[in-house]
Amino acid sequence: MTDPILSLRDLSVTFDIRPRGAWPWTKSLTLHAVSEMSFDLKPGECLGVVGESGSGKSTLARAIVGTVPSTSGQINFEGANLADMTPRQRRIHRRDVQMIFQDPLAALNPRMTVGEIIAEPLVTHEPGLGRADRKARVQEMMKRVGLLPNLINRYPHEFSGGQCQRIGIARALILRPKLLICDEPVSALDVSVQAQVVNLLRELQRDMGLSMIFIAHDLSVVKHISDRIVVMYLGRQMETASAEVITTRPEHPYTQALIASVPIPDPELERKRPRATLDGELPSPISPPSGCVFRTRCPKARPSCAEAVPPMIQTAPGHRVACPYHEAEDLLAASA
Amino acid sequence: MPAYSSDAERLIEVGHLAEVQGRSLWADARTRFVRNKAAMAGLFLLFVVAAFALFGQFIAQYERDTIDFTLIGANMRQGVPSIETGHYFGTDASGRDLFARVVQGTQISLMVGIIGALVAVIVGTLYGAIAGYAGGRTDDIMMRIVDVLMSIPFMFVLILMLVIFGRSIFMLFLGIGLISWLDMARIARGQTLTIKNKEFVEVAHATGVAPFKIILKHIVPNLLGIVIVYATLLVPNMIIFESFISFLGLGVQEPNTSLGALISEGASNMAYGVLWQLYFPLIFFVLTIFAFFFVGDGLRDALDPKDR
Repeated sequence: MTDPILSLRDLSVTFDIRPRGAWPWTKSLTLHAVSEMSFDLKPGECLGVVGESGSGKSTLARAIVGTVPSTSGQINFEGANLADMTPRQRRIHRRDVQMIFQDPLAALNPRMTVGEIIAEPLVTHEPGLGRADRKARVQEMMKRVGLLPNLINRYPHEFSGGQCQRIGIARALILRPKLLICDEPVSALDVSVQAQVVNLLRELQRDMGLSMIFIAHDLSVVKHISDRIVVMYLGRQMETASAEVITTRPEHPYTQALIASVPIPDPELERKRPRATLDGELPSPISPPSGCVFRTRCPKARPSCAEAVPPMIQTAPGHRVACPYHEAEDLLAASA
Repeated sequence: MPAYSSDAERLIEVGHLAEVQGRSLWADARTRFVRNKAAMAGLFLLFVVAAFALFGQFIAQYERDTIDFTLIGANMRQGVPSIETGHYFGTDASGRDLFARVVQGTQISLMVGIIGALVAVIVGTLYGAIAGYAGGRTDDIMMRIVDVLMSIPFMFVLILMLVIFGRSIFMLFLGIGLISWLDMARIARGQTLTIKNKEFVEVAHATGVAPFKIILKHIVPNLLGIVIVYATLLVPNMIIFESFISFLGLGVQEPNTSLGALISEGASNMAYGVLWQLYFPLIFFVLTIFAFFFVGDGLRDALDPKDR
């Protein structure tokens, strides 16, 4: 078995929140954005991360990139822990891990031309490169992501959302990184453009041998691109399995509810199928429920759920669930 | 998707597509500004005033410090503005050519305004951007320093400085420079706080761009619009401020002069029927201030980030 390119061990990220207008000496509250996440990512693999808004997906991405410090646990990138990297290793990490963002326009500096934007990582990491070489690399990358290279002197506001996302992808890939983190890269785009961007990412992943973490709240998009899927709820991992298993035989009650909420593009079927939607709101990450964080909305909750955080149980090779009362729900059989 | 990229490639191979020049946000703002009639009139007026200040001395028939002793005491009759005598704006109480004096006054007033605004733009913007980007304790300390400086009654301090260290243009510039950047630092910091949370700054940070480079390349260009607007509105304020100091008799000293000093002098001679000594400097003063305000308003409309 190959060594994982990225492995997370009990990663937690918390933020200190100060209530507005509080005295300087009042104790700040702790927001648990990500709690005890562990997973491995193999080279060339695409890992999907799903969960509703506020479940800590973006914080997870930022912790891996290194813009948000982790509170405890380890982020091992190619065997080195992010927290105790030497400046040299850190530079390599910065070059090899790139990120693309949800809002394609906000991720591009409106005062810079597309060429300057895409070239910025090159200028930072390969300062010896000549002007002409740099331009050639930028134009080659633009072609690669499906942008006309003659648009190099245009500004971001002159592009559509899908094109802006392609610019973001070009910038992320120009240094030929090993790991690409996509933080909801398509949720701000039209459905037709979504497909184009997802297919482009898939194609690039295959061609460049990228490892990828693909974050989204839309399960159908994630299913399409990922090999494996991690389901998150309130900063915790609920279930991990291959994309196919998650979407056809989910075992965690939360995953089951999530799958049930994916609309079927057929009004007949959509109206007929049984609904197991979740009631209520996501609890506050400042004071998460004791024990299992999902128990407040779980249809299968029982008193013992409040006692301890349920450990991840292996139910099948590569399939782990954080629920002692898990039971497989065969969706294929149900819909047939 | 592949269809798109192959289309793109085909077009490139055909070679029909030269590089397209993009329209930057600055270019957009320029178009909006040019369309604004009042602002363009203001800009034109500003050019006229600036040309007057720069080249007026070549038109003047007299040196600005030559005193015509025959005119002293007979100012009201013989010192009137006239084309024939060459005293286009008449003469002042000491028999000096008022045209040359107004040229010099405009020069100094503009200089005070522009230097004040420049200090504000350079020091204030960088200070505010650094404080805002650093955040946390550094931000707290830097902004408390600004608060402390702001709470000092600067007019009083400036007057004290001028009295203690002698009244010179240099002291005046120093005093104006010291206080003008405080407001700008606050504005720049506020803007930085919103810009630094934008994703493009995060990308740069994640890629490993050095913090100072992020400030210069990503933050400052994006807050420059507001800074420029504030700076153009700051220039007339500085001119008014200097005029006030000169009006008190503490600002620019003889033989130098400023519009404020000339107005002060003209006002004190009003009773002798030599009104031109008041209204010529006053006209230039008012025109300059108005022009700056119009240009500032035009820039604000043109650079308004909401218009994007």
